[in-house]
Amino acid sequence: MKGKKTLNKTSKNNFITMGGLLLVYVIVLILKEGGITTNLINGQLVPICAYMIMAISLNLTVGILGELSLGHAGFMSVGAFGGVFVGTLMQEVSDSKVLCLLVAVIAGGLMAAVAGLLIGVPVLRLRGDYLAIVTLAFGQIIKSIVNILYVGLDSEGLHVSFIEKCEVLDDGKLIISGAMGATGIRKLSTFTFAFIVLVVCLIVIFNLIQSRTGRAIMALRDNRIAAESVGINVTKYKLLVFSISAAMAGMAGTVFAYNYSTVAPTKFDFNTSILVLVFVVLGGLGSIRGSLIAAALLTLLPELLREFSDYRMLVYAIVLILVMLGTNNPKIRDFFAKMFARKKTAKEENANG
Amino acid sequence: MDKGKIHEVISESIIPERDQNKRPVLECSHLGITFGGLVAVDDFNLTVGATEIAGLIGPNGAGKTTAFNLLTKVYQPTRGTILLDGQDTRGMSTMQVNKAGIARTFQNIRLFDKLTVEENVKIGLHNQIKCSTVSSILRLPNYWKTEKEAHEKALELLSIFDMQDMADYKAGSLPYGAQRRLEIVRALATNPKLLLLDEPAAGMNPSETAELMENIRKIRDTFQIAILLIEHDMNLVMGICEGIAVLNFGRIIAKGSPEEIQANPTVIEAYLGKKKED
Repeated sequence: MKGKKTLNKTSKNNFITMGGLLLVYVIVLILKEGGITTNLINGQLVPICAYMIMAISLNLTVGILGELSLGHAGFMSVGAFGGVFVGTLMQEVSDSKVLCLLVAVIAGGLMAAVAGLLIGVPVLRLRGDYLAIVTLAFGQIIKSIVNILYVGLDSEGLHVSFIEKCEVLDDGKLIISGAMGATGIRKLSTFTFAFIVLVVCLIVIFNLIQSRTGRAIMALRDNRIAAESVGINVTKYKLLVFSISAAMAGMAGTVFAYNYSTVAPTKFDFNTSILVLVFVVLGGLGSIRGSLIAAALLTLLPELLREFSDYRMLVYAIVLILVMLGTNNPKIRDFFAKMFARKKTAKEENANG
Repeated sequence: MDKGKIHEVISESIIPERDQNKRPVLECSHLGITFGGLVAVDDFNLTVGATEIAGLIGPNGAGKTTAFNLLTKVYQPTRGTILLDGQDTRGMSTMQVNKAGIARTFQNIRLFDKLTVEENVKIGLHNQIKCSTVSSILRLPNYWKTEKEAHEKALELLSIFDMQDMADYKAGSLPYGAQRRLEIVRALATNPKLLLLDEPAAGMNPSETAELMENIRKIRDTFQIAILLIEHDMNLVMGICEGIAVLNFGRIIAKGSPEEIQANPTVIEAYLGKKKED
C-alpha cells in the first residue's frame, strides 16, 4: 500500500539518524578508551551532546511549530541551576552518582518546562517577530535573575536571597552565588550519560512528529487558520511544544552544568541562544539530523581552529558563511543531487545484475 | 430599491420539502458585522435545511466570504445569532464551531502544503480519531490502533474523489483542481453537519466543474449533510442548488429557487445594473 510507504520512509530516515548516531558514539568511545583522542576533544564530548539536545529541542519550536524563539538559552539556564540545586540536595540524601545526576536532570527538565509554560501562557497570543522579541527578553531576564540569586545550604536549612549574599554557617556552602554562578559542582556528567539523555530526547521528538499531535503541530506551522478550521486547538499545541522544548533544553542545561566545577550565568546568554539557532538554521529547519550534525561540527570547530589563535573566530565566521552559501547555491545542490542519484542508480543496477 | 418588497421575499422559506419536518442545520438571524464604520454584512437571515444544497451568490465584494467568516467565527459577529442545529454558537471560537459541526474550504486554498495528501486528511480527522500525546511518544498499542484506523479512514475519504493514488504527494505540489478537491476531503474528515464551500469551482474547466457538481451531490447523498456554497459559476449554482440567497452590499436582496432567482428583477439589477429609463 502506498500510504504505508511514506510512514516507512520517514521511519527509515529516523532509523538511519539513530544508527548513525550510535555508530559515532561507539567509534568515539573506542577512540577515547584507546587514548587516541586528545583531552581537548574529550572535554568537549558532554557539551557537544548538550548542544545537540539544545539544537533538536529548538528545532521542535522553530522548524516543526514554526515559531522563532530567541531565548532558548534561558531554559538551559533554568535547567542548569535548577538541576544543580536539586542535585546538591540529593547528594545529602544519596551517595549514588548516577541517581543524583538522574534526579538532577529530571528536576532541571521539569523546572524548565514550568518556565516554558509560564512564558507560554501570556506570550502565545503573539506571533512571529513579536513572539521572538518576548522570548529574547525572557532569556535576558533569566540571566539577570540568576546573576543576583544567592542560594545557600547549611545545617539550619536553605537560605535564599537576592542581590545580597546570604549568610551561610561554616558547615554549609553556597550552591548558587550570584554572578559567580553555581560553584563547587561535582563533575558527575559522563559522555555515556549525556548520550543517553540525547537518545531519549531524540526518540521523544521522532515519535512526537509522527503522530496525531505532531501532525497538528505541523498543521499550525503550515496554515494556522486552516488548522483552526479543522478543529485544532492552537493554544494547547503551542503550549505543549513550548514546554516539551523547554524541558529538553533544561535537561541539556543540567547535563552541561555537571560537566564543569563552576558554571556562570553568563554562559547562558543571548549569544548562546543565537548559537543554538545557528545550529538549527544551518542544519535545516525541521531537519533533526541536520541539527545534530551542525551542533556537533560547530561546537568542535572553534576547538579545532585553535591553531589560528587570534583569527579563530574570523575563520569560524568565514566557514559559516561558506557553508550557508554552499548549501543554498542551486548549482552546488544540483551537483550533490547528481552525485547522489548516480550512486543510487549504480547501486540499483548492481542489485538487478 | 423597494424595502418592503425585499422583506416580502425574505419571509419565503426555501428549505426543500424533504427537510421541512427536520430541524434546520443553520439558522442565522439578523447577523451583522461592522469594521470600523464599514458595515460589511448586515441583517443576514438565512436558514439551511438538514440535507439541503444551498447557494450564496452575489457580485464581487458583496460580503459572501465575510458571511462565511462569520459563520465559522474567523470574525466574531457584531450583531445577531447563529443557531447550528439548534445550538447557539455565540462566543465560540473557530475550533469550537468546527467541533460543533461546521467545516469549510477557502477561496484562496489553505492546505498544509509541506505535508502529504494523506497527512492533510489525517489532520482533518484530528477530533474524530484520538490518541493522547503520551501514548504517541511511548508508542502504546493505542497509537498503532488509531494510526491504522486514521490511515484507512483517510484513504476511504480520498476515494470519494479518486485521490487514493495521490496519498503520498506533497499537498503543495498537487495541481490546482486536486488541491480544491483535497480541501473538500479534509473538511469532510471533520465529520461536519454543514459544509461551507467557498468557490469550489474556481479555476476549474467545464468538465472538471461538471464532475465537481456530481461529487457535491454524491457527498450530500452519502453523508446526509447540508452544503452551503459560494460560487460565481452560474451553471454550477443553478444546476445543483435547491435554494439560493443573493447578497449585495452586505444584505440579502433575494432568496428562492434557481428559477425564481433567475427571474428576479432585483437580482438582475444587482448583477447588470439598472436599465436606463427613458
